[in-house]
Amino acid sequence: MKLYLVLAWRNIWRNKRRTILAALSVIFAIVLAIFTRAMQHGSYDYMIDSAVRMYTGYLQIHGKGYWEERSLENSIEIDDEFLKQIEAIRFVEIAVPRLESYLLVSSKEITKVANVVSTDPEKENQMTKLQQKITSGKYLSQNDEGLLIGEGLARMLNVKVGDSLILYGQGIYGTTVATMSPVIGIIKFAIPDLNNSFIYLPLIYGQKLFSMENRITTISIMITNPKQISYVLNEIRKIVNDNYNIMTWEEMMPELVQGIQLDSVSGLIMLFILYLVITFGIFGTIMMMTAERTKEFGVLLAIGVNRSKLVLITTLEAIFISFIGALTGLIVSYPLVLYFHKNPIRFSGELAEISLKFGVEPIIPLSNESGIFVAQTLVVLLIALLSSLYPINYIRKLKPIEAIRL
Amino acid sequence: MPLIEIISLNKIYDKTKVPVHALKDINLTIEKGEFVAIVGPSGSGKTTLLNMIGGLDSPTNGKVLINGINISKIKSDELIDFRLKNIGFVFQSFNLIPVLTAKENVEFIMLLQGVTKSEREKRTIELLNAVGLGDKIDSRPYELSGGQQQRVAVARAIASHPSFVLADEPTANLDSTSAEGLLDIMKELNQKLGMTFIFATHDNKVIRRVRRVITLEDGKIKSDVFQN
Ligand SMILES: Nc1ncnc2c1ncn2[C@@H]1O[C@H](COP(=O)(O)OP(=O)(O)OP(=O)(O)O)[C@@H](O)[C@H]1O
Ligand SMILES: [Mg+2]
Repeated sequence: MKLYLVLAWRNIWRNKRRTILAALSVIFAIVLAIFTRAMQHGSYDYMIDSAVRMYTGYLQIHGKGYWEERSLENSIEIDDEFLKQIEAIRFVEIAVPRLESYLLVSSKEITKVANVVSTDPEKENQMTKLQQKITSGKYLSQNDEGLLIGEGLARMLNVKVGDSLILYGQGIYGTTVATMSPVIGIIKFAIPDLNNSFIYLPLIYGQKLFSMENRITTISIMITNPKQISYVLNEIRKIVNDNYNIMTWEEMMPELVQGIQLDSVSGLIMLFILYLVITFGIFGTIMMMTAERTKEFGVLLAIGVNRSKLVLITTLEAIFISFIGALTGLIVSYPLVLYFHKNPIRFSGELAEISLKFGVEPIIPLSNESGIFVAQTLVVLLIALLSSLYPINYIRKLKPIEAIRL
Repeated sequence: MPLIEIISLNKIYDKTKVPVHALKDINLTIEKGEFVAIVGPSGSGKTTLLNMIGGLDSPTNGKVLINGINISKIKSDELIDFRLKNIGFVFQSFNLIPVLTAKENVEFIMLLQGVTKSEREKRTIELLNAVGLGDKIDSRPYELSGGQQQRVAVARAIASHPSFVLADEPTANLDSTSAEGLLDIMKELNQKLGMTFIFATHDNKVIRRVRRVITLEDGKIKSDVFQN
């Protein structure tokens, strides 16, 4: 075997310049492929993280049927112990309990429907940075009996900090909710829908209003490593019983999943073009290396070197060339990707402004997922093996006398 | 049993526009230890005959028996193996693997045969010394002259301990001194080891040295003469 390795190795250096050129094309393409792939995956991860951080979280726990019916009757009773249990699960960053419902809100002359979220102020802020969105007044504290209101909604109702609003609607089991509540702060969301409809209450106050002490409708869960979502999901399943329903962000935001899938396809087309570059680099070289050695192959066949040995040699050559390229490509791209993983690319312009408006930093952190590197290297190996089909077929058809006569 | 027995051998190249009857009813026997030249004008069929004996091409009809085995009955892939074990080849040019040294070129064929490392080393050094290249064992083909390359090819051909060596115009690309040197070596190997050599050649230097001259003309044996 050693001799075949030596032979293949020396063969590829018979034409140094050509081999280097072929390797360079592989290096170039693989660096580009890894970089674009890492950028794509990184931006998806970041997009998902930003999206779920805005409100839903990576996972939510509901009472059974709540997601479909949105009724307070599907709420669940929890205690601090339960939340602590969930937060103790590895990779769980935070679990935010919420009581979500709709109420009519009235100022003196105007009435609107509001999306009323009763939440743990501290945890809510940790997850969604709600406090940063305050434009006037102050943020909620746990025992406040007042509310935060979206800027748009406040304008429609013509209220400011210190004014009071009437909240009116239905609580659990047909009870009536009716109260006067002061505006403690005004918050500004980038998304108009939220801005025009959201009201936040401290959880304890909300539960009292709805006569739902210790009950909530939703627990939003953030995790530190999104790749571990199924692990976290399983761990939660161990804690909760059948009356609970656990949903992932993918189930809650199918449009986001679709958008990413669509974008990913366009990325794959780009990748495909890069693979073509690699294929031409390797295949072209292998083809030339084979064609110019016809006479040599003829002599070898004549003196008794069987075809499988020749195939072994040419396959090793293809693998050598591609691996010189692939390995160098990996060595070049790994630190590059790592650098841009730690120091995300910051983009500017219109897109950046839109991004900022949504409270998302205009950056693309590169994904350093090892799967990307592995996949690209495997693809190159596959191309090398496919390229070596050419000499295999060529050698299979070669007749020694004809080859020698050339 | 003769080493090589050719019975009513015909070869017609029929893939061409006009079929060529390159060998016509050849009957020939070559014994072990012979030193033979097949001669004749260009196109008379020398190379064709050598290719038949070497199992590189198959007869249209007739038989080639080597050590009693009809080689046209052997399947193509097994024939490669048969050549490896039984026949040494020296071609006019491009004999050697350019990326391997003289030593590695000679060793290669033995490696394929599964000869042990120590035996390989021993035979390689012996043979390269025998062909006068003891000081060139680590040279690549491009560092050797044409004559030296042919000598390595001879060393390789007999390293595998074949039943006989076929050499098609081995001296055609050599100047006369190199050609003489190469022939001396082959003659010596013939005399000392009893190695059988069969040449196809026009070269008078070769013809002068062989014991037997088979002359072809137009695909037929015109004469078959033993000489001293
Ligand atoms: N592959 C082939 N296809 C068709 N015709 C062939 C083929 N090989 C040889 N021939 C023909 O067969 C005849 C014998 O050719 P061969 O090569 O055996 O001659 P030769 O004696 O070796 O000649 P030279 O001294 O020029 O090498 C010639 O007429 C040649 O044209
Ligand atoms: Mg000839």
